[in-house]
Formats: sequence, C-alpha cells, structure tokens
Amino acid sequence: MRLKLVPAETSFDFFGKWKLWLGISALMMVVGFASFMYQGLNFGIDFRGGTTIRTESTQAVDVGAYRGAIDTLELGDVSITEVFDPTFEEDQHVAMIRIQAQADGESISGEVIETINATLDGVAPGIKFVSVESVGPKVSGELVQTAVLAVVLAIAAVLIYIWLRFEWQFALGAVAALVHDVVLTIGVFSELQIKFDLAIIAALLTIVGYSLNDTVVVFDRVRENLRKYKKKTLAEVLNLSINETLSRTVMTSVTTLLALISLYVLGGDVIRGFVFAMIWGVIVGTYSSIFVASTILLYLGVKRDWSKPSNTTGNQFANIDA
Amino acid sequence: MLQIDLWKRVLIWLVCVTGLLLALPNAFYTRVEQANDAAIEIVAKGETPERLEIVDQWPSWMPSSLVNLGLDLRGGAHLLAEVKVADVYAARMDAMWPEVRETLRPERATVGTFRRQPSPEDQIRLKISKPEGMNRALELVRGLATPVTSLTGAGAMDIESSADGDILTIQLSDAEKLASDDRTVRQSLEIVRRRIDEVGTREPTIQRQGADRILIQVPGIGSASELKKIIGTTAQLTFSPVVGRGSDADANPGVGNKVVPSLDEPGVYFTIESAPVVTGEDLVDAQPAFDQNGRPAVNFRFNTSGARRFGDYTAENIGSPFAIVLDDEVVSAPVIQSHIPGGSGIITGNFTIEESTNLAVLLRAGALPAGLEFLEERTIGPELGQDSIDAGKIATIVAFVAVLVFMVLSYGLFGIFANVALILNIALIFGMLSLIGGTLTLPGIAGIVLTVGMAVDANVLVFERIREELKAGRGPARSIEEGYSKALSAILDANVTTFITAVILFAMGSGPVRGFAITLGLGIMTSVFTAIFVTRVMIVMWFERRRPKTIEV
Repeated sequence: MRLKLVPAETSFDFFGKWKLWLGISALMMVVGFASFMYQGLNFGIDFRGGTTIRTESTQAVDVGAYRGAIDTLELGDVSITEVFDPTFEEDQHVAMIRIQAQADGESISGEVIETINATLDGVAPGIKFVSVESVGPKVSGELVQTAVLAVVLAIAAVLIYIWLRFEWQFALGAVAALVHDVVLTIGVFSELQIKFDLAIIAALLTIVGYSLNDTVVVFDRVRENLRKYKKKTLAEVLNLSINETLSRTVMTSVTTLLALISLYVLGGDVIRGFVFAMIWGVIVGTYSSIFVASTILLYLGVKRDWSKPSNTTGNQFANIDA
Repeated sequence: MLQIDLWKRVLIWLVCVTGLLLALPNAFYTRVEQANDAAIEIVAKGETPERLEIVDQWPSWMPSSLVNLGLDLRGGAHLLAEVKVADVYAARMDAMWPEVRETLRPERATVGTFRRQPSPEDQIRLKISKPEGMNRALELVRGLATPVTSLTGAGAMDIESSADGDILTIQLSDAEKLASDDRTVRQSLEIVRRRIDEVGTREPTIQRQGADRILIQVPGIGSASELKKIIGTTAQLTFSPVVGRGSDADANPGVGNKVVPSLDEPGVYFTIESAPVVTGEDLVDAQPAFDQNGRPAVNFRFNTSGARRFGDYTAENIGSPFAIVLDDEVVSAPVIQSHIPGGSGIITGNFTIEESTNLAVLLRAGALPAGLEFLEERTIGPELGQDSIDAGKIATIVAFVAVLVFMVLSYGLFGIFANVALILNIALIFGMLSLIGGTLTLPGIAGIVLTVGMAVDANVLVFERIREELKAGRGPARSIEEGYSKALSAILDANVTTFITAVILFAMGSGPVRGFAITLGLGIMTSVFTAIFVTRVMIVMWFERRRPKTIEV
C-alpha cells in the first residue's frame, strides 16, 4: 500500500476564487512591505557594520551583569542576548553580544576585543569568545548593494530565461510569484525581527530558485496541455495542469520540508535563521506558483495556437492562407 | 523499447564509481588528513618511521583529496584589508624631490632660487624666484617624466607638471596612479602571502578582491588579531640622512624633513630628511646575527643599485649621522665612520634574540608598500566549528533517513531506486567538491540538506509521469519510456532556472555564501544526472531481468 498525500485523481477548482487569492496575496504583501517600511529589518553586522561576539561559559548567563561590565567601556549601543538551543550541552551557556559600528571605517581592533574579554572575565570567570566578527561600515554599505543587486539580477535572469523558453506572459507570471515570495520573506523577517544577514540573502535566492522550480513545472504542463486540449478555455487548462502536477508539487515540498525541518531542529542555532527563511520560502513558494503565477497567467491570457505563426503580427498579407 | 546502449551503461556506472571513490576519503577525514600532512612533511623534511607509518594509514593508490572545510567549520580567522594605495603617492613624491632639486640647480641663472612649499602629500610645489624662467623649469621637470608602463596607460607619462604664477606643481598623472595602485596591491598581496607562508599555516587563502582589497583567510589560527600581527604593520625600512636630534616631538622640521621618535630611547626625537637614501625595497637579504659585543643584531645586504647609493652617500658624508628607520621609528642613528662600499651592514639596537629574528623575517619578506586598513575581521573558534559540524552531521543524517523512508512509502520499489540515486547523489557532490578543491561551509551543509530534499524532485516528476501514463492504460515499458521523455523538459527548465540563481550567488557572494552556492550548484548537476541517467539505468536493468506484466509506481 502506497502512502498517498494527494489522491490519484483531483479536480480542485483553483481559480473559482482567484480574486480572493490574489487579494490575500496582495494584502500580505502590503502588510509585509508596511512592516518593512515602519519597523525595518533587524540587520546583522554584515549590513550595518559593528561587531558580534559569541561567548560561551560554564555558568548561566547573567545579561544584566554582562551589560554592566561592558557599559563601563563606553562602546556605544550594545545589545546582549542569551542563546538557547537544544543541541547545547548541560553547562554550555551562550550569549551573543552586539556592539555598534565604531566611528571610523575600520573594524574593531584586537585590543578592544581583549579589553572586553578581560572585563567580562570579571563577571563570568572563564568566559570564552568562540567567535568574534567585526565588519566596518565601509564594507557593510557595499554588502547591501551587492545583495540587492544579486536578488535583482537573479530575478532578471530568470525573467529572460522563461521568456525564451515559454512566452512573456509566463515570464511575468513567474516573476510576479518571485517578487511575491521575496516581499513576503522580507516581511516575515521584519515582522518577527529575526536577524537579517548575508546568509539570508543566500536563502532568499534559494527561495527564488525553489519557487521558480515549482512554477516552471506547472507552466511546463500548461504549455503541454494548451497544445493537447485546444478546445478548453485557458482557465480549464490551467486548472487541469495544476491538478495533474499537484501530487508532484506536494511530494517535493514535503521531502524538502522534511530535510529543512530536521536541519531547523538539529542544525544548531548558528544556521537557524537561514533555515527558517528557507522553510518559509518553500511554503510561500509552493503557494505562489499555484495562486500567484498561474492566476497572473490567467489574467494576462496566452497565445493558444503554437503551431502556426501568429496572425496578429499584422501586415496586409497576414490573413492570406495558402 | 527501453534500450540503453552498453557503452552508456558502462559510462554511467563508471561515473558513479569514480564519484564514490573520490568521496570516500572524506568518510575518513582525520585519518586521510594526517596521512596527507605526513606525505607533505616527508617531501619537505625527509622520511622518518613515524611519518611513514602515518602515511600508511591511507592506501596510496586511493584518491586522497579532501573537501576543504570553511572557516566556519574548522575555526580560524578572516580578514578583509584595504590597501591604502595613496600612501605610495607621497613616497613617490618624496623620492622625486632630490631628483627635481638636482635638475633645477644647474639652471639657477634662468629659474632663480627655488624652494619647496607646503603642499598636499601627493604633490611637490615649488616657488621659483624668477617666474619668467617658469617655461624652462617646466621643460626641465617634464624631462624627468617617463612613460607609464602598463597596458592601459600606454602613451601617458608618469608625472604631470603645471605652473601657476611662480608656483610649479608636480604630481603623478592619473594613468600612473592607476598603474601604481595596481602595483601596490599586487606587491602587498605578495608580501602578505610570504609573511603568512613563513609561519607555515595550513591552506591559507590570500586573494585580491576588487581594485584595492585583499582577503585573507587562515584556518586554524587563534584569532584575527594574531593574524594581523603576522601580517604586521608596514615594516618600512629606510636609511635616511639625519638633520638633527632633540627632545621636542612638535619641533618644526622644515619642508622635506620630518620628526620621528627613537625606538628605544624615550623622549628622543630625530629630524630626518623625508627622502631616504636607500629603502627596504633594495634589500636582498636580512639575517639575525650578533654584533661585535655579542648582542643580537640583524645583518643585511643591498642589491647593486642600493649598494651604489649607500656607498656614494657614506663616502660623501663621513662624520655625519644617518638613521636606520623602521616604521617611522629610529632604530639606531650611527655616525658614518667610513665609506661602506660593499652594500652590506648590520643593524644594532636593544634587541632580544626573538626581536632580531622577527625583524629579519619582516625585512626579508619586504616592506608592505602601503598601509593596510582592516575592514572586516572574523574569528571563529574551533569549538564552535566542531559544534556546527556535529549538528550538521546529525541534521543531514536525520533529513536523509526521513526522505529515504518517505520515498519508499510513497513509491515502493521505485522509491528504493530513487534512494540509491540519492545516496549516489550525495557521494557525487562530495566527490566533485574534493576534486575541484571546493570549500564546505555551514550554509554549504544546508545546501546539501536542501539538495537531499530537492534531488528527489526530478525522480518524483518522472515517477508521477509514469503513474499518469499507466493510468492512461499504457503498458509498463511504454509508460516508463514516456514518463522519462515527457518529464525531461520540466526537469531541465526547473533545474536550469535554479542553476542560474546558484551561479549568481557564486558570482556575487563571498565566503560562506559562496560555499552554499557551490554545493547548491553541484547538487543540481548531480541530481539531474542521477535522475535522468542513474535511476533510469536501474529501472531498465530491473525491467529487463523481471519483465513484469504490470508495474506499480
């Protein structure tokens, strides 16, 4: 007996309420964007410069005492958070200390780090700095530019590829879905104030890749069915194609989610934000390839007759048939 | 129907076996690593029984390349430094000044007396007392210019001179600045490399990034500050004429001179000429040694041109002091006793043996032509790296098992085929990573886990397609055939688009992100290969043997 997540034969009507779906998506995008505009992202040091220190100690972390000690050094804005993770040992107590970028363009100096270490040793003897990362404001500005450029380039490259392989309506539909996914992911990061660093950009691009993967599989079937069922309306063809590929869509999403969730739970806290972005992206990406990409395609319409050259590229001989 | 040529089958299995063999050393990481290190030591330092024994831990006929572990997994330090290329302009101008002086001096009749004016560091400004002789002065100074030696700057001269009333300004031309920047960065890169190599750490990465930056990654080193100490500050060695000696740090040195402190005598300052007689660039060798009193010192030797200048200067200035200056501190300021013709000498000072050894190393490696500004520093402790590896391992195994079970539950026998392909897939990724010397980072592990999830996609596409064909009433063989051929376009389009994003990530990203892009990109290639070829061969071989009347997918 086979495990079947999706019945062998489905005929869900995905477009009956297309206005509702598009509405929900649009609303979520507006919420995400508004959150991004008002609250802003919790940028990591990659993007706004500064220093993060990951400390490890055998005693419980006393954030107040840490703060008291570090405040005497007058380093400006300092944030201290304790990190909890199921993968930690019993007596492994981890904290992240973030220090704002210092005035000059350089990263923080080794002497300052040593001073901080010595100061903290006063309140938590034997404390270890397991990682210290410092990014000068000069580089962080460029990293933002590169990141934005990378995402824009990826979307543009994909637009062109799908345009070449399909039709421009497909390309627009796919890209609308991508923008939807990216905006919602950024929105969720700003709403939950999860640290947004360089790795998240990698996650964003992977989401772009994954969402696209899904969209392309549906579109590939649409292209095939458009040729096969010339009498059916576009809405019917789209619905049929999505139903036919539904089993695969769900299978792939489930296997990917299985892998990602195990990484989320067991992979340690260093990578958790990154994995969270991807899990969210897989869910949103699966949704968007059905409810955004295909709906936009339905809205734009598509050239049906693939065998003959278009008769709308009008000149005076266009309609003469030999 | 369902034919695959024998040569194709052989080729497909050959690729898989090669991949497995290449990946195998990574399963015995520590052992192979020790064996590799020992083999290198034998070449470098000769054979010892212990080393031979360690080498024998891994058979020599097996592949022995390993996946490099990124800094976030192995621990180590990462520095991004910007070379302050403009430093060189000032040095060039200072070096130019004596030449300009010598050229104009015989022409005093036309240009009158001249005096260097305060100016930005990258310019020389001269005031001449006879402005009507300015054209002659310009002509003479322009005669000093030489063509720029670079591909892009062809035809341009290295200096520009202009006149404004009685002020003559000399500065480097834009073409020369570009060429000089490039030289400076290359030189810095080379020197940083030599200094790090002297310490002999494992697999450091030293790369140029952009126009004026250097990326340095050294695994296994304790901290970024330690790395900075190895790279050192500038270690500019100069031999400069001494103008005076005093105890006032703020004394007015006069144009073309500067005040520098003494290295070991607090409160003592020397006024020296900014233009040195000889610089560390002319050094060919420096060795730790002892002076006649048995105190640690450093012996040095100049190249021919340095030796000639040093010889000429000492011949002309017997009885006057000159300073040995290291990073703008006077190490010693001996009085020239006699003409020193051979171009070699000794630097004495209050050194310990360790200091004299370090100084010799710094001098031998050469001075950094310009200062470094550190823009980015990261230190990752080895414990954190090990924690990440452990967590990543467990997560990957759990993810792997979950997907394997899920596939068997969903597709039965075909699921097992897909699982074999999936295992081969991971092996191929590791094999290719080892082969190209790729680096595995923490996001890279995430990339592999993601691949585990997504790699089955291509198989799922095919299997679902086969199911549809079976449902449409086609026979088993026909269904399998059609399933593969019809799913192909979807598989290709879907993977090409993901591959595009991986390429963009690789091109734009750095460090860990790039590691992610590599595993993602390799994962896409190997998963397409295993889905299109490997599972197909397995299914076809199974089908030929069993000839089932019906199949269930």
